[in-house]
Amino acid sequence: MAFKNYILVCGGTACESSKSDQIYKNLIEEAKNQGVADQVQVVKTGCFGFCEQGPIVKVLPEDSFYVQVKPEDAKEIISEHVIKGREITRLQYGHHVRKAYEEVEDIQFYKKQKRVVLRNCGKIDPENIDEYIACDGYKALEKALFEMSEDDIINELKIAGLRGRGGAGFPTWMKWNFTKQAEGDVKYVVCNADEGDPGAYMDRSTLEGDPHSVLEAMTICGKAIGAHQGFIYIRAEYPLAIHRLEVAMKQAREYGLLGKDILGSGFDYDIEIRLGAGAFVCGEETALLQSIEGHRGMPQPRPPFPAVKGLWGKPTVINNVETWANIPAIIVNGGAWFASIGTEDSHGTKVFALTGKICNSGLVEVPMGTTLREIVFDIGGGIANGKKFKAVQTGGPSGGVITEENLDTPIDFGSLMKIGSMMGSGGMIVMDEDDCIVDVAKFYLDFTVDESCGKCAPCRIGGKTLNALLGKITEGKASDEDVAQMRQIALAMQKGSLCALGQTAPNPVLSTLKYFPEEYEAHIRDKKCPSGKCKRLISYSIDPTKCIGCTACARKCPVGAISGELKKPHSINTQVCIKCGVCKETCKFSAISVK
Amino acid sequence: MKIHLTINGIPVEVEAGTSVLEAARQAGIRIPTLCYHPDLKPFGSCGLCVCKQEGSAKILRACATPCAEGMKIITHDAELYEVRKTIIELTMSTHPTSCLTCVRNNKCELQKLAIEYGIREQPFKPRLRERVVDDSTHIITLDPYKCIKCGRCVQVCQELQGVYALEFIGRGDSTSMSPAANLPLNESPCIKCGQCITHCPVGAIYEQDDVSLMMKAINDPNKIVAVQMAPSVRVAIGEEFGLEPGEITTGKLYTALRRLGVDYVFDTNFGADLTIMEEASELVERIKDGGVLPQFTSCCPGWVNYVEEYYPELLDNLSSAKSPMMMQGAVTKTYWAEKLGIDPAKIYSVAIMPCTAKKDEIRRPMNASDYKDVDVVLTTRELGRIISQYGIDFKNLEESEVDSPIGEYTGAATIFGVTGGVMEAAVRSAYKFVTGSELDNVEVNAVRGMDEVKKGTVDFKGTPVRVAVIHGMANAKEILDEVRDAKLRGERAPYEFIEIMACRGGCIAGGGQPIGTDDEVRAKRTKGLYADDEKCTLRRSHENPSIIKIYDEYLEKPLSHKAHETLHTSYKAQKVYKDE
Repeated sequence: MAFKNYILVCGGTACESSKSDQIYKNLIEEAKNQGVADQVQVVKTGCFGFCEQGPIVKVLPEDSFYVQVKPEDAKEIISEHVIKGREITRLQYGHHVRKAYEEVEDIQFYKKQKRVVLRNCGKIDPENIDEYIACDGYKALEKALFEMSEDDIINELKIAGLRGRGGAGFPTWMKWNFTKQAEGDVKYVVCNADEGDPGAYMDRSTLEGDPHSVLEAMTICGKAIGAHQGFIYIRAEYPLAIHRLEVAMKQAREYGLLGKDILGSGFDYDIEIRLGAGAFVCGEETALLQSIEGHRGMPQPRPPFPAVKGLWGKPTVINNVETWANIPAIIVNGGAWFASIGTEDSHGTKVFALTGKICNSGLVEVPMGTTLREIVFDIGGGIANGKKFKAVQTGGPSGGVITEENLDTPIDFGSLMKIGSMMGSGGMIVMDEDDCIVDVAKFYLDFTVDESCGKCAPCRIGGKTLNALLGKITEGKASDEDVAQMRQIALAMQKGSLCALGQTAPNPVLSTLKYFPEEYEAHIRDKKCPSGKCKRLISYSIDPTKCIGCTACARKCPVGAISGELKKPHSINTQVCIKCGVCKETCKFSAISVK
Repeated sequence: MKIHLTINGIPVEVEAGTSVLEAARQAGIRIPTLCYHPDLKPFGSCGLCVCKQEGSAKILRACATPCAEGMKIITHDAELYEVRKTIIELTMSTHPTSCLTCVRNNKCELQKLAIEYGIREQPFKPRLRERVVDDSTHIITLDPYKCIKCGRCVQVCQELQGVYALEFIGRGDSTSMSPAANLPLNESPCIKCGQCITHCPVGAIYEQDDVSLMMKAINDPNKIVAVQMAPSVRVAIGEEFGLEPGEITTGKLYTALRRLGVDYVFDTNFGADLTIMEEASELVERIKDGGVLPQFTSCCPGWVNYVEEYYPELLDNLSSAKSPMMMQGAVTKTYWAEKLGIDPAKIYSVAIMPCTAKKDEIRRPMNASDYKDVDVVLTTRELGRIISQYGIDFKNLEESEVDSPIGEYTGAATIFGVTGGVMEAAVRSAYKFVTGSELDNVEVNAVRGMDEVKKGTVDFKGTPVRVAVIHGMANAKEILDEVRDAKLRGERAPYEFIEIMACRGGCIAGGGQPIGTDDEVRAKRTKGLYADDEKCTLRRSHENPSIIKIYDEYLEKPLSHKAHETLHTSYKAQKVYKDE
């Protein structure tokens, strides 16, 4: 039965936290109340990506793109849109800045995107296997089981030139091939869903929006390498993704797409979920395997590589969520199709979680080779609040900053490496002029020091010591010798750490040192923080010519540092002031300045 | 298969599977390490063995990288030097510099590296934690304040010993080596084997020093101090004075102990001969009378702790014979005291052992006299220290003889210190007990060597006796499971006699032995004990005239009522976690 309207409600974690689940329920309830329950189908989908504007509701066939929807809007969507056929202008994206968009594709945010990984996100109900199947789901598995040999599958990936999306960009076909060729009766397939970069949620959204794509890909891999068991290692902090995976696995088993004798092919394969406790280092493949085995999540020296000796000492393929999600599309459309997207160095697309001081934060998927400028300014809509762009950090705590001069760098594995950053798993954090670059470096180093497993000395001790030296800089207590020591430690960490966490931990420090030497110098020599972020280096003062003595700031000051008579200029006792900045925010006369 | 590579331009040929670290050593190039130990799997925590391949920026860890054909390895260059020096300095910034008061002063691997790299000051701000010492066992002291988190103790406890008493607790900078679940060590599964001590590169784990107890007794005119020393001590203590591992120093040891003021010098080897008489007879009896089989040896207190914790179902498989040390202590305070008319209350019984678990064993309620049969256990290391303190030039000491009548020993006794030795000694006598005739060749090669699990069948003139020998506690799991599972099914696993020693190589590599034990040292000490055996004219325990005499005069015959009272014990299940 065809419905008059399909209403797609975003069921991603971000929109759900803005009550999209209530919107979904209200829409069903309203449709019933208004007697049109048989005319509309309300579907809860995965992430639309445009998280800045969430919760998002899309109504088909008109393709009306409603943003920042509230649960109470459900009534109007049913009465106006469904019953009367009138689009609700006030809910449409961009209605208050320009005329409503005719097509979703015309929205600037989506214009330069290409959805391969996220092809089904925001399109299908992830908890309904039929919708996945209707969108070519499990077609790739069928092809792999009945039409392709093991080598055909691997060869297709070779033609596609798919490189691992977890950060390092190792060719996926080679990983599979090594594992296929490794000796052993028992082999394993592992999905790394231990996403943990600050601000990154690409993998979570993929699993929430299209869990079957990962299950299907892992099963194809099982066929290709001769494995019969897969594990998905996912952090327990992703309850929605876990739930959707569980539903998907149950449905796949019911349909004979997982378990014994899949689709009558004689091939047995099943998948289990393993929950991680949230240690960032467990995203490192050898630590992840340790954790699955029930050990403390600590990286192991390589060799041996997992392809030879992985889970329980057996040959193991381990890929990350985004890598997996690409694979069914490659098998269905062919490796050549995939290779036609992107650059020579890097094929296909890449998903980024665009966050920070940007107008349109959200999940974006672009062809490799798209420039950073296009992502930040076209898709991201530029810097929020009219501030000036300062830098963008890719590769999370392992990457580095990219400045204005490199904004036209095409995004691919090689180009990012050349400018001292890296692809990473896809976190992209935009900074504006208010951000202090030393503070940013410290933020990332705080993170890696916190997340260091503590196994190897260079990372455990080096990270902590390096961070302490950075701390000295932000406190105005550092000298040039400290910077020399920082470089010395950074080298020891890069060369001596056991895993990528420690090897790359100094990158944010080194890249900020490289691109913003003057800002470091200001902290070290002038004892000043140009962005006014480092509390030890700034002081607040009241300009007596501007202060009218309204007392507003004095009343707000949490520590009573401001004094003065009514209607007379006030002053700040810098000995007492904790530099929280409340006074500056409070003052309506711009009388308070920070230096 | 041979692999060819160059290391710093030097052509090297090695066996396939050889690590770059080992290949470099063979080429005369030493790559520094702190976490690597040849007993253990490469762990990769210290970061010092970083190397490069020519033309590649990629760093590899020499400990974990197997050699490949055509490799061009660079082990030392300016950058690698910088990296290593920085890592040493960083490690030193979290390690106290109180070397002078450290038990491992002069035997510390970090100290050696600091010397080598000429580090004269600490460039990085020291960050030491509060010193909290865990001496809850009064045997093994954990001093995490000095720990450099190399992971050797954790690895040895978990992988070599299968005990899981030690673990890393906390993360990142707060990572610390600790008993499992952060319990005090005496509440953990620790079997007191002391392998953590001998594998620690610094002074973060050490034995409780009991030397003063012995010296107090020596200086007490009312005490008669009688001392015994285990077989393995004589082939290792020389290392503390610059002798080669394996050099037999029995006579020097006797002299040194007398110089320290000990009144009587006996030998645990006499106790070992006695143990064979009882244990072999027990085996024969079990086989003849349909008793519980297989019989397990019971002379290793680390193993006894382990079986009481992890396999309580198998306690009646353990030989009830006490260990040689406890037998020696028992006859010292009963038979010998009576014979000389000495009040056993006046005897202070000292045992010099290659083992820390022996310090634990003397707390067991198994005394034959009304006193502690053994009053104090000193490890080889502790004895080495006191010998130095008393200005005794051990290396050049004249030799002397053991005191009679509980000191003489046979070759069978002295091989108790190596894996397979107890089995071999038992076979030499059991053969006689069963068949009535002597074994032609006393050397039972099937139970010799470093294979982790050795199995064989000894033909007792038509009666096959199936034996197994295991060393390294973790290696016992498979056979113990097999024996237990069969037992729970009401069946019997296909063995008559199984020897188990907790430490790799046996007591010669015990937790109380000189620091620096690896397989090369084990081989030398083992060779020393086999040489000591060969030197003996009598190589079967039942041929020892002093043994024959003690049975005539006191014990009647093996397994007699008197023998049981004096020389046998029983076992009790232990909780794995003592606070449960």
